Amino acid sequence: MKASAGTLAVTRRRRFDIWDVLIRLSLIIASLACLLPFVHVVSKSFSEDAYVIANKVILWPEGFTVEAYKKIFADDSILRSLYVSVAVTALFTVIGMILTICAAYPLSRKQLKGRSALTFIFLFTMYFHGGIIPDYMLVNNLHMLDTMWSLVLPLAFSAFNLLIMKTALSSSIPDSLEESARIDGAGHFRILWSIVLPLSKPIIATLSLFYAVGRWNSYQDALFYIKQNVDMRPLQLKLYYLVIQASESFQLEATQVQLSNPEVLKASCVVFATLPILCVYPFIQKYFVQGVMLGAIKE
Amino acid sequence: MTFFLRRDWQLYLLLLFPLSFVLVFKYAPMTGLVLAFKNYKIAKGFWGSEWVGFEVFKQIFDKPDFMRAVRNTLMLNGLDLVFSFTMPILLALLLNEIKGVRFKRVNQTLLYLPHFLSWVIIGAIAYQLLSEGNGVINNVIEMLGGKRIPFLQEDTHWLFSYLAIGVWQSMGWGTILYLASISSINPEMYEAATVDGAGRWRKAWNVTLPSIRVTIVTLLILNLGKIMEGSFERVFALQNKATTEYTTTIPVLVYRWGIESGNFSRATALGLFQAVIGLVLVLVADRIAKKLGEDGLI
Repeated sequence: MKASAGTLAVTRRRRFDIWDVLIRLSLIIASLACLLPFVHVVSKSFSEDAYVIANKVILWPEGFTVEAYKKIFADDSILRSLYVSVAVTALFTVIGMILTICAAYPLSRKQLKGRSALTFIFLFTMYFHGGIIPDYMLVNNLHMLDTMWSLVLPLAFSAFNLLIMKTALSSSIPDSLEESARIDGAGHFRILWSIVLPLSKPIIATLSLFYAVGRWNSYQDALFYIKQNVDMRPLQLKLYYLVIQASESFQLEATQVQLSNPEVLKASCVVFATLPILCVYPFIQKYFVQGVMLGAIKE
Repeated sequence: MTFFLRRDWQLYLLLLFPLSFVLVFKYAPMTGLVLAFKNYKIAKGFWGSEWVGFEVFKQIFDKPDFMRAVRNTLMLNGLDLVFSFTMPILLALLLNEIKGVRFKRVNQTLLYLPHFLSWVIIGAIAYQLLSEGNGVINNVIEMLGGKRIPFLQEDTHWLFSYLAIGVWQSMGWGTILYLASISSINPEMYEAATVDGAGRWRKAWNVTLPSIRVTIVTLLILNLGKIMEGSFERVFALQNKATTEYTTTIPVLVYRWGIESGNFSRATALGLFQAVIGLVLVLVADRIAKKLGEDGLI
């Protein structure tokens, strides 16, 4: 029986299987569908205006030039948006992680009195919230409209990330470990600082990335809160006005009288805004996959 | 009574910061929901505006935009459930058939990529690709002798483009949980199936699919619970003036009524309507999941 199964496997492997080819082919097509749009936009961004206007550029730059990128780097408002995005993302991630750790560690300790009620207070925010207008009124009442804080504070607490952190801490820091540290006379602060945090580096990295990439990519709240103070626009919002709504012109473009085709500039803007994510993507992908799995596990 | 306080005061002190933060930024806005039951006038202020009961709700239920927004929200999410939900399952089954580690990893890296892009960037790329005047796909279609298609500039086409872009963005990322549950399948099950003479597709149908059934059902219920939620960013980045029929979803309408037109009472009422139905749906979904013996969501 075993032998026959073995020979069966061998003959199967040798036989040309059309399905093998078809499956590989459809996966290659799906992957190319994810890749080629970028190749096109990058090609366009390095092409000369004339070729783009003539609809000649497909997957390779025509009349190679870096003119569009020179314009972007000469445009103060785009660079300022980049700084705003970097600063907001950094601040947001740090505050978000402090909130998450401060909440997750106590809530992961079974001995904590009132644990389930407290947990409910935090996690309820995942299922019900005031909504767009009440949030807007709060930001307005706190005089945070058109400031960086409107992009940092309202979303800094994430119930979802708390849930992941809490689950990770409950499973990775056994009560017995904490118990023995307590017997040695360590307080909770000490335990958190010298035992829990060093042991939780991977999950801290994962959640920091969740916070950072989420903040970097969203533009909804910026669209609502940053109206007058155009200097405070994060990169995604800037890109929205420049490229999608096209209600705003590039600084250097505005001075030109002729009707120039901004397609190349739009393309290079997209590349410029995508580049930060593309640079870190290969390194962070692994952490994100782990985070997704953790998010699916319930206590 | 005081024993646990003396023992755990540091834990409570730690909780103080996030707790006060959540009270200010998550719970305090909920008091703003009373605007839905008031006729809010900026001059009279938040507390001075008069109570009108359910008058604002009656008003919005009569608006044609309201019915349209509800219909669009349900329709866009429902169609997403048909396409964006099923595609990752199919893709996971296909990836599972690949034995070569490197081929699989390269494909996964490329397929996950769109998930990491913001909707603004996706919207911008979509216009570069699909616009009627100079989108590259239309250029290629024309080169091949076809006619230009208004992918994003006509209502029905827009709807399909919206769905396709959603599939594109989420298909790879959605495979992660399925691939994880597939990898936990006991290899002996496949061996036994092979011995019984099962081919590739029989194994996928009779071994793989039943093993990931739990994951599928849980995710399906989770998504059904979210059917009243709307992705503001996705719709907003893809909409334009030519396509207004399907782009008015509930959050978009809240934005237009509230932040663009300054009618806070009406917009708050609409948001509250969505939030309450959303909460009920999530609770129902959770109950169903638990009844079916799954983990549940809450």
